[in-house]
Amino acid sequence: MRYFKHIGPPALLLLAAAGVYLRAQGPPAPSASTDKVSATAAAIAGSGEDPVAVERGGKLFVANCGGCHGLTAKGGPGAPDLIRSLVVLEDEKGMLIAPVIREGRPDKGMPKSNLTEPQISDIVAWLHAQTYAADHRRTYAYHNIVTGDPRKGEAYFKTTGTCSTCHSVTGDLAGIGKRYEALALQARWLHPSRGGAGRGGAPAGPARGATTVKVTLPSGESFSGVLDRIDDFNVSLRDGSGDYHSFTREGHTPQVEIHNPLKAHQDLLGKYTDADIHNMTAYLVTLK
Amino acid sequence: MNIARAVLLPALLAVAGSVCGQGLNPATLLKQPTDAWPTYNGDYSGRRFSPLAQINSSNVHTLSLAWATRFTSNSPGGGGFAGGVQIKSSPLMVNGILYFTSPNNVWAADARTGRELWHYQYPPNNGSTLGNRGVGMYGNWLYFEVPDSHLVSLDAKTGKERWKVQIASPKLDYTTTAAPIVVGNHILVGVGGDHLDNPGFFESRDPETGVLQWKWWTTPRKGEPGIETWPDEYASSHGTGQTWVPGAYDPELNLYILGTGNPNPVMAPQSRKGDNLYTCSIVALNPDTGKMVWYFQTTPHDTHDWDANEIPVLIDDVVDGKPRKLVAQANRNGYFFVLDRTNGKHVLTAPMIPTNWSKGVNAKGQPIPDPAKDPATDGVLVLPSSTGATNWQSPSFDPETGLFYVGTNRPYSMFYLTDTDVHPQGWGGLDSVVGEEGAALLAIDYKTGKIAWRHDWPSGSGITHMLTTAGKLLFTSNGTNLVAFDPANGKILWHTGLTANPSAAPITYLLDGKQYLLVAAADSLYSFTVNQPAK
Repeated sequence: MRYFKHIGPPALLLLAAAGVYLRAQGPPAPSASTDKVSATAAAIAGSGEDPVAVERGGKLFVANCGGCHGLTAKGGPGAPDLIRSLVVLEDEKGMLIAPVIREGRPDKGMPKSNLTEPQISDIVAWLHAQTYAADHRRTYAYHNIVTGDPRKGEAYFKTTGTCSTCHSVTGDLAGIGKRYEALALQARWLHPSRGGAGRGGAPAGPARGATTVKVTLPSGESFSGVLDRIDDFNVSLRDGSGDYHSFTREGHTPQVEIHNPLKAHQDLLGKYTDADIHNMTAYLVTLK
Repeated sequence: MNIARAVLLPALLAVAGSVCGQGLNPATLLKQPTDAWPTYNGDYSGRRFSPLAQINSSNVHTLSLAWATRFTSNSPGGGGFAGGVQIKSSPLMVNGILYFTSPNNVWAADARTGRELWHYQYPPNNGSTLGNRGVGMYGNWLYFEVPDSHLVSLDAKTGKERWKVQIASPKLDYTTTAAPIVVGNHILVGVGGDHLDNPGFFESRDPETGVLQWKWWTTPRKGEPGIETWPDEYASSHGTGQTWVPGAYDPELNLYILGTGNPNPVMAPQSRKGDNLYTCSIVALNPDTGKMVWYFQTTPHDTHDWDANEIPVLIDDVVDGKPRKLVAQANRNGYFFVLDRTNGKHVLTAPMIPTNWSKGVNAKGQPIPDPAKDPATDGVLVLPSSTGATNWQSPSFDPETGLFYVGTNRPYSMFYLTDTDVHPQGWGGLDSVVGEEGAALLAIDYKTGKIAWRHDWPSGSGITHMLTTAGKLLFTSNGTNLVAFDPANGKILWHTGLTANPSAAPITYLLDGKQYLLVAAADSLYSFTVNQPAK
């Protein structure tokens, strides 16, 4: 109970006995600083709870429970975290939670509530959406990522980044800030062929920029086209007329030359500072 | 005879006299049997080196298929890929019978023919089916973790359930994927799962009854050493640090050495200032008591999901004519560590791949995290990604070459902080891969940390499993190819294409005096051997 030490036991009892929204009087509620009080729409959908009930429940929770349990139910001055609570996690349709809200926990200083059964049911729905949200990272909401300086981004684009070697803000990149929201844009310009394959999975655009290959046989005959597959033992490609060619590899025979048009992007990964990245994104989003 | 032996041996002898029959005498695990693969890593060392040499560098070009068998299930649960069976377990091979798993499923098959002998299916449940790494065996009994956080014991002869015991609340989202490891009369059980800041633990169960013998919490409670590396007990007790990959055991020291997982909240560290012991650590436990004897933290205050669950590998070294007991680990954070396994003191720390998150290595041999690379709301670029330089896939140590073989990737990822609350929960952030510098098999000299040779794969993930043998062979895979290398120099000697990517480490054993190589790829097992000319 980390918050007990911030307020003496008498104050705690008072807070608990009041059982209402006491944020202004107590120490700063630890959960109050967040700009994400409720679960995201994706998390609510995933939890299977009724979004309307969840919305009502959230307001009821803040007004009736948030003073002690924190506005996001992650624990507050004198009352435990409910997202990590086994009562909440093991609850089915309020069977475990509702009696606690109804009767309180007098031994622990939690008073009975005057909430109606439908109100309790709404709070239960909201709590389930909150635990679902913590548990399912694909429902997490990103914050603003456009924090850089667009002028520095522009300078980087034209000089250090060597971006203008291949790209033009009036050509291929015209309007790119309109076509992608900032997060997708950041992922996409960092590596245009990737789509967020980490354990988190931030969104990105589809693959593009096909790798090409030239295979030269010992006879001198050669085949070029879009690389289909390569490993240590085989290489295959599809040529300009759509024909498929596959070759067995033995060491350096046949000769294989690969051209990855996105190699410049890959090579830059080891050179960017985080400020370069943020400045570039801030610049690219201005290209409306 | 040391004290550990004195405690262990009577227990083993008692077992040997009673339940063995066609089963596995736990005393067998103290040797390195060549006619069995009786535990996850084949033996307790974690080396995945076999002294067998029938299949060797001179005849490996004639290695050919003995049989292949596909296994099906109406509840395949195997990692969320295409819904089919994914065998991510190291099969056991005992007395000519193979035992292997996918989540909710255990099979027994005839190692001579691949014929299915029985198939156990656990009832449908809501647990995570991310993967299952296999069974442990004691006498005639098998031990299997199921997705809803139970440990099940089966009769190895029939596949019938003997009992099941709950090891955690299913609602806490533990991913019970680990292969139980048998040490003496202890069934050692680890868990995974890091979404709900659930407490991390490792525990021992009685082989006959499933009753808890001891439980070791991976993070300290009030008054315990290490609590000073957390803001308070609440943060520590929700600091996770899971135990989802088997460890290694040194019978002489009576130490079970395993890696622990990342701290929680995973990418939002603001509520857990400090080093966060004993997460991201290599720890040595007494298997009779569950007491920790030493620890070494590989990533202090991790913020990138770089657990230290990778297999610890026991290496017996000789320096100036004196034997030295070491343990080596290729870590997810990009570094290779060698410790003295008698006391956990650092011997060597060396980068395996270039990384950009560390400000160097401190006097204790630990990388020093750069706080500027902690996840941020607008993203920071970090090498490697959360998946890491390597992962749970098995490395191998070949005592004949003195080289440690590990599969690696070099992925760059943007790490975003999403939960800015002073009291964040769960993952609290996400990462997204934005580029890959290359996938490579590395052969590392454990004495220097230098890379003796490397093989850069032209495509596919480089994080694959390893097996070495006294036949001067290193087996691994790339994509659907099963590949044999010369472990001394990295020359490819043999390969064959399978129908899917190998999904578990290859194993090898003698059967009727003949050496086999067995590998799982998705829903199938493939058995290979070298055929002799007809007599």
